[in-house]
Amino acid sequence: MTLLSVDKITASYGATQALFGVSLTLGEGDVLALMGRNGMGKSTTVKTICKLLPVTAGKITMAGQDLARLPSYKVARLGVGLVPEGRRCFASLSVAENLIAAARPGHWDSARVAKLFPRLEERRDQSAASLSGGEQQMLAIGRALMTNPRLLILDEATEGLAPIVRQEIWAAIAKLKLETGMAILVVDKSLRELGQVADRAVILQRGQDVWTGSMQDLNDDVTNRYLGV
Amino acid sequence: MTRESLFNIVMMSLLILFPLWAWIADEPFMITLATKAVILALAGVGLNIALGLGGLVSLGHAAFFGIGGYAMGILASHAQSYSPILESPFLIEGTKSMPVIWLVAIISSGLAALAIGVLSLRTTGVYFIMITLAFGQMLFFFSISWPAYGGEDGLPIYVRNGFPGLNTLDPIQFYGICFAILAVVLFFCARLAKSPFGLALNAARQTAERVETVGISPYRLRLAAFTISGMITGLAGALFADLNRFVSPTMFSWQTSGEIMVFVILGGVARLFGPVVGAALFILLEHLLGGLSDYWHIYLGLLLLLIVLFARGGVIGTFAGKGANHD
Repeated sequence: MTLLSVDKITASYGATQALFGVSLTLGEGDVLALMGRNGMGKSTTVKTICKLLPVTAGKITMAGQDLARLPSYKVARLGVGLVPEGRRCFASLSVAENLIAAARPGHWDSARVAKLFPRLEERRDQSAASLSGGEQQMLAIGRALMTNPRLLILDEATEGLAPIVRQEIWAAIAKLKLETGMAILVVDKSLRELGQVADRAVILQRGQDVWTGSMQDLNDDVTNRYLGV
Repeated sequence: MTRESLFNIVMMSLLILFPLWAWIADEPFMITLATKAVILALAGVGLNIALGLGGLVSLGHAAFFGIGGYAMGILASHAQSYSPILESPFLIEGTKSMPVIWLVAIISSGLAALAIGVLSLRTTGVYFIMITLAFGQMLFFFSISWPAYGGEDGLPIYVRNGFPGLNTLDPIQFYGICFAILAVVLFFCARLAKSPFGLALNAARQTAERVETVGISPYRLRLAAFTISGMITGLAGALFADLNRFVSPTMFSWQTSGEIMVFVILGGVARLFGPVVGAALFILLEHLLGGLSDYWHIYLGLLLLLIVLFARGGVIGTFAGKGANHD
């Protein structure tokens, strides 16, 4: 069953058009990798799905509901949990307070987040601003989980982190896939790790989807042509 | 225990011990000064929810202070003249009962805050400041132009309103009422700040967009905070009017809004006891320096300047250090 459907959307930053008709679909329990070089429209696509940027044409539906007229917070309430690029935790709140502020009723609570990221439990009374980059990323994921989303969107969740911390984040994503069956949209550049967690991939180039398929079909020819690897 | 908690305990103890000393030493004026400080602190505690937690720089909180004051004035003046406020389509009479007056003050100032908030919270920054200021000034001029309730001269109330089982004309008993209300409101604010609502409000102050992505509407959050803030300031207005047994348009003036903001900034923005310390310091300066010069506000201005430049956490921030999540 299709959970998220993005149909030929376009979006602009002022007079500059950034998306030129991006389409993708995501079913319940699917893990989709959204890939592309820098500046190709990955984060812009995420922002339009979350209604942080208006869609100028095309249609986005979540669980069958058109998101056109919904403000950002209502999209989140429909079950779209965002882990934004650059972590963006609530800096002056403690770890525990960051989680409580975002909490909505459901499966995920502070105890479950602490089980997924034991390091957060150790730092629960520490202010978010004092955490390391990796810990802030864990907190950003935890905060998104506290909203009990049906779809978790991770925008460059491992960017700029130490390899060992990246491993922890990827392990957590794999665990989420395995244990919760949550639909996940991952924006990242780590092809190898994406191959381990994602079922399908969409590649963007200059604001358009240029390749869609399963991770197994993502051969060297495709990665060389669109990702430069 | 943090240094701020310790500071708060000392402050609370002073609020109990000082009036007790004044009562034992038979210094009723000192009790009245303490009562004024407690009531003004309550007004500041109300503003602190909007300003400190929500980051809403309201320059119109005198509107709610005045509405609370006039709620008391109108109800009490009709009770003392035995004339109904409204006869048709239904009878509304005045009252001298403090709890009823407080309830009316809270509801009316809350409704006003809701209406003002609905319009003003669609703007931010300097526009929000100007809109709240404009509403306050509108009510100021409305009260001046309302001769039925004293117009520019204000409205005197000859006898203090009553509270079941207490003699409210006794300064220490009236102080006890005001102190108890402040304590309850402070407890409520402490709980509010740590509740999911308070935490989300604090988060929205930092960045509204991030709060939206977790399914919370910053507008609704701020509107609720602004309304609660107005209700508390309105209650303080009713108590202030009862203390003076007089209400006047001055309660609506922008200078009153500015003074309430000064209490918060002096003590420490978003610090639980910030407005309490600020109001106490204000009354202390008014009492000590006001006797020396009519222009004592010059020294207040100087103190405010020093605090804003060198101690942005206010008096509490200076003594207790940073660490509160609000500086």
